[in-house]
Amino acid sequence: MLTALYIMLGLALVLGAVLGFAALKFKVEGDPLIARIDAILPQTQCAQCGYPGCKPYATAIANGEADINQCPPGGDEGVHALADLMGMEYKPLNEEHGETKPKAVAFIEEDVCIGCTLCIQACPVDAILGAAKHMHTIVASECTGCELCIPPCPVDCITMEPIEETPENWKWKYPAIPIKPVMKL
Amino acid sequence: MEVSSHTNQAGNETIMNAIIDISGLVKKSKAIFNLHGGVHPPGNKAQSTQLPIGELPLPEKLVLPLRQHIGNIPKITVSINQHVLKGQLLAEAEGTVSAAIHAPTSGTIIAIEDAVIPHPSGLPDQCITIKPDGKDTWIERKTQDWRKGNLNDLVASIRLSGIVGLGGATFPTQIKLRGNGKSEVHTLVINAAECEPYITCDDMLMRERSEQLVLGIQVAQRLIGAQNVVVGVEDNKPEAIAAIQTATANTNIEVKVIPTLYPSGDARRLVHLVLGQEVPHDKRSTQVGIQVFNVATVLALYRYFEFGEPSLSRIVSMTGNVNRPQNFEVLFGTPLMHLVKAVGDAKDDTSHYIMGGPMMGFDLPSEEVPITKAANCIIAASPTLFEPATPAMPCIRCARCADACPVSLQPQELYWFAKADNFEKAQDYKLFDCIECGACSYVCPSAIPLVQYYRYAKSEVIALDKAQEAADIARERNDFRLARLEREKQERAAKHAARAQGAKAAQAAKAAGSQEGQTVTDKQAAITAAIERAKAQKAADGAVPKNTTATSTATKAEIKTIDTRRAAATKDANKLTADTDKQAKIQAAIARAKAQKAAALKAKKG
Repeated sequence: MLTALYIMLGLALVLGAVLGFAALKFKVEGDPLIARIDAILPQTQCAQCGYPGCKPYATAIANGEADINQCPPGGDEGVHALADLMGMEYKPLNEEHGETKPKAVAFIEEDVCIGCTLCIQACPVDAILGAAKHMHTIVASECTGCELCIPPCPVDCITMEPIEETPENWKWKYPAIPIKPVMKL
Repeated sequence: MEVSSHTNQAGNETIMNAIIDISGLVKKSKAIFNLHGGVHPPGNKAQSTQLPIGELPLPEKLVLPLRQHIGNIPKITVSINQHVLKGQLLAEAEGTVSAAIHAPTSGTIIAIEDAVIPHPSGLPDQCITIKPDGKDTWIERKTQDWRKGNLNDLVASIRLSGIVGLGGATFPTQIKLRGNGKSEVHTLVINAAECEPYITCDDMLMRERSEQLVLGIQVAQRLIGAQNVVVGVEDNKPEAIAAIQTATANTNIEVKVIPTLYPSGDARRLVHLVLGQEVPHDKRSTQVGIQVFNVATVLALYRYFEFGEPSLSRIVSMTGNVNRPQNFEVLFGTPLMHLVKAVGDAKDDTSHYIMGGPMMGFDLPSEEVPITKAANCIIAASPTLFEPATPAMPCIRCARCADACPVSLQPQELYWFAKADNFEKAQDYKLFDCIECGACSYVCPSAIPLVQYYRYAKSEVIALDKAQEAADIARERNDFRLARLEREKQERAAKHAARAQGAKAAQAAKAAGSQEGQTVTDKQAAITAAIERAKAQKAADGAVPKNTTATSTATKAEIKTIDTRRAAATKDANKLTADTDKQAKIQAAIARAKAQKAAALKAKKG
């Protein structure tokens, strides 16, 4: 009887020590749910969702403050992925926050640019290069296509250029039954 | 044989060896190993082997796409209207995985612009267009001694040769030889299987150029440092086998004749067939000590070292629905129609052209496309030659595709996942191990274009991976920006705080000063002290010149004279002061005398 008690007590102490050690050793910094939501979001940082960036939106979703259908760049697939992660029903994108557009990058018309640096301050990923009274230019490979640089430009010299299909980024299409030509080519 | 699995390998080996013994073609071959799956499509190779390898007249223009190989686009080194010689570098390799491009003949560069390239997308890409001058003048050719030369130098020079894998994969050859002879590679496998129907360029190469091919194999062997060399060739090429066996008679090169089975020409399949070793799916063959080269590639290596000829042309099979199918030595950049004319034009019912074989090739987007390093075969297609695909029927789960798959995948499952856009699951079923050989589509009784689904799934996965990478970079940059803004804000706040504190202290001091006269006295005292300090400093420094260690003797002399002058001047000034003192004394004495005189006079009167 007493032996059993001692064994149980000993086990409790050992396991308690192991658990306590594990809790300290493998402590997870931050909220893993926010990081997982953030990983699904496209990181455009466009703020179309109503939050200042992807991480704030992820935090809002995790806290139940925001809906999962407020991210137009993420598209339908993004909503599906978020619904899966959050265990929620899929719902179509909320049109209030804009619509999904093909991916584009900003382009500065360099002859028109007056070098006011307003777009540089607006860019969420520091993808615009330039200095006061010097022409600015976009680092195309870093541009997320968020369009945040367009409204502040006083001379409207920034346009969004859709990314063209090249042999480099071309994708095989989903197999479709070809339409047969009636006439010989 | 095509449905046999690994379990009855031994049995098959015996049968296979028996077949080979009967054929009497085998010289040193021991075991030929067994391949899972595979199909037997009609060969259609005889048509294009009737005539020897032909030469083409120079075309009116040569259009050289920059994208002819796997890896980075090379950097253009010539300009428009420039005259170039045959073999001159037009674009140099950029980055690690890249290949150079050379002028296939002498002429003038008339355009550097986007043009249609042989690519399944049909999209234009950057090309260099040369108008030949008809003289075909060579640039100075630099030959190298590949038998004795320094291995590092030889391998490094291949970067300038523009040689890529000519079997169709177009992987830059210098990357495969980077081991510089010190690699772990012990066995070199030469791929002469040429398993796809219609293609005969390697067959003709072996028939006509076997002597040079053997030298090419020896080049590759020396560069890699491989002890064993095995040539794998399918038994549907008896002339080529005879030629290569004659040529390798007095060498340590082993020729292994393998049964005709598509796709035994795939590098990993061939390694398995001739060496009995399976390359693990997540490793390269070099990691298990095996390197594979195509026959045309090693021949190009030989010609580069022996004659200094960079990669300018290749053998192309022009076959299918044409009047005189034949192989040609074709300069890169030759327009397709120029080649078609050489075979007496395509027949009237030709619908389009296929680059590569009928199993793995793709439809060319236009008749304007040029011949590139990847173009081993061009097939003129017609509805009678290749029946239009019947509409796909539902999958009946017969698993014939699984029996045919040479990689032992489950094509029916992959199809299911690819069709449903379930890419994660498709990757679990090793989508990326699929070699897109088309054996599954070939046997499918429902005529499902299986490979198209896999290609679609692969490119979607690649695109998603790229997007994820871009998103990760964007996240990092955004985090950095936010951290920077925060840091700047804090720095600004700290600066403001410091300034505010300074102003406050000054104000407090001012207020204190108006209350008592003490501070003013302190200030005065401080000023006096500072003046004293400055004086002391000046006195200490005196007129002692500084930094005189490096001055020349002449300058030193000059300084000395100046010093003397200065000393004299100081003395004079002192004298002057002394004189003034005397004068004052005299004055005082006179005054005293006058006063005495006046006193005396006063006393006399009084």
